[in-house]
Amino acid sequence: MLPLRVTAVFRDAWLIAGKDLKIEMRARVGINQIVPFAVTVLVLFAFALDTDQEALRTYAPGLFWVTVLLASLLAIGRSFAVDLADGASDRLLLSGIDPIAVFGGKAAAIAIQLVVLEVLLAAGVVLLFDVTVHRYGLLVCAGLAAAAGVAAAGTLYGALVSGLGVRETLLPMLLLPVVAPVLVGATRAFQDAFGVAGAEGWAWLGLLAGFAAIYGVFGALSYGALLEEA
Amino acid sequence: MEPAVRLRAAVTLLGRFPALAGVDLDITPGEIVLLKGPNGAGKTTLLRLCAGLCSLASGKGWVLGHDLNDERRMVRRRVALLGHRTGLYDDLTVAENVAFWARAAGAGGTDVDEAIERLSLTGRLADTRAGRLSAGQRRRASIASLLVRRPELWLLDEPHAGLDQQSRDTVDALVRSAAAAGATVVLATHELERIQVLEPRVVSVVGGMVRQGSDSANAPNGEDASTESDRRVP
Repeated sequence: MLPLRVTAVFRDAWLIAGKDLKIEMRARVGINQIVPFAVTVLVLFAFALDTDQEALRTYAPGLFWVTVLLASLLAIGRSFAVDLADGASDRLLLSGIDPIAVFGGKAAAIAIQLVVLEVLLAAGVVLLFDVTVHRYGLLVCAGLAAAAGVAAAGTLYGALVSGLGVRETLLPMLLLPVVAPVLVGATRAFQDAFGVAGAEGWAWLGLLAGFAAIYGVFGALSYGALLEEA
Repeated sequence: MEPAVRLRAAVTLLGRFPALAGVDLDITPGEIVLLKGPNGAGKTTLLRLCAGLCSLASGKGWVLGHDLNDERRMVRRRVALLGHRTGLYDDLTVAENVAFWARAAGAGGTDVDEAIERLSLTGRLADTRAGRLSAGQRRRASIASLLVRRPELWLLDEPHAGLDQQSRDTVDALVRSAAAAGATVVLATHELERIQVLEPRVVSVVGGMVRQGSDSANAPNGEDASTESDRRVP
């Protein structure tokens, strides 16, 4: 019985993720708004620190992750806005899909969008800030783990505020403090990967993976109750 | 026979205010029931309660044998609620929307084709994004996405709203065929003359209370001829 339920959860999560990604590809909000927003933030950082190229290189990892977190707020808000627009959120409840699958699907779709954003921004950082990647493996693993953590926490808090009229302003207030460990851990890991500081990158990667696992499990277990209250 | 819907002293709150203030209601399987009443009487809340989307503040309720306090997820899987909003994704086509909700309900591709055909959404319309449809076409697409679920209880809130004459006839045919297939249909509408041909049992909803009777669907909203003794199920 359990394997059947697990299979159904994975199938439905894939259904939800596929739907969300297809909508984003069609609507082009990510390409036309979120990516340009993130690149603009990165360029503004570059302008602000332009006179000091060494400072740009040193702070590049932190600036990268602040930009990713700000852009992630748009992606998370958008993920819930499409469900709320014409009552699809009620339909999702009525569909009988396991809330764990809804959580997993939405989080996966957000994580995939964040990874794409990270790739584009990483290229931007290398070009604008003149940094060199020393550890590709660490860079990729930290990027994936951080995306998973932000997506899991974002999906959880996105659902928490989705039923509220002030969700656009409340989401950043609630989510940004929560994902502060991701900002710290991912910045340290990227510092190591970029070779700009002697941080123990793989140790910080452990923090990122732990954060993603905790919010993944916590989100999956509590998502049903959140949907009921939304 | 186990009722499709059984409510006893059901109270549902919207914020602090009771939208349903002690409703007693029995609906037998296969029945067509018309909820009539003025705006704000509680018809939509009653439909949402029966769909398992509202919680009971007090009282008891069962839908298709499932307890509304403890088994709302089981209820939701077996009902279809057509509300004021369509539940469609603007950036997916009609066919993709119907297919998504079909897959979510575990239905197959044949069900999708059949639903699209029944609601006259074939051809170019099936490949049109929902965001580019007229209000009436969206309503039809929404009904198609419910049809694939093969629900045992249809809950229709103003099902004719925004539809042209042909689409209204399609909805009426859908209600008839659903009832003929053994499904229960509960609908709320102000188009009482149109519904009368379906010979529904009329339940008046006024101020969050219900009156049950066999009064005419044509009587003015909330002013039906049911007697005081009709107000409560014994």
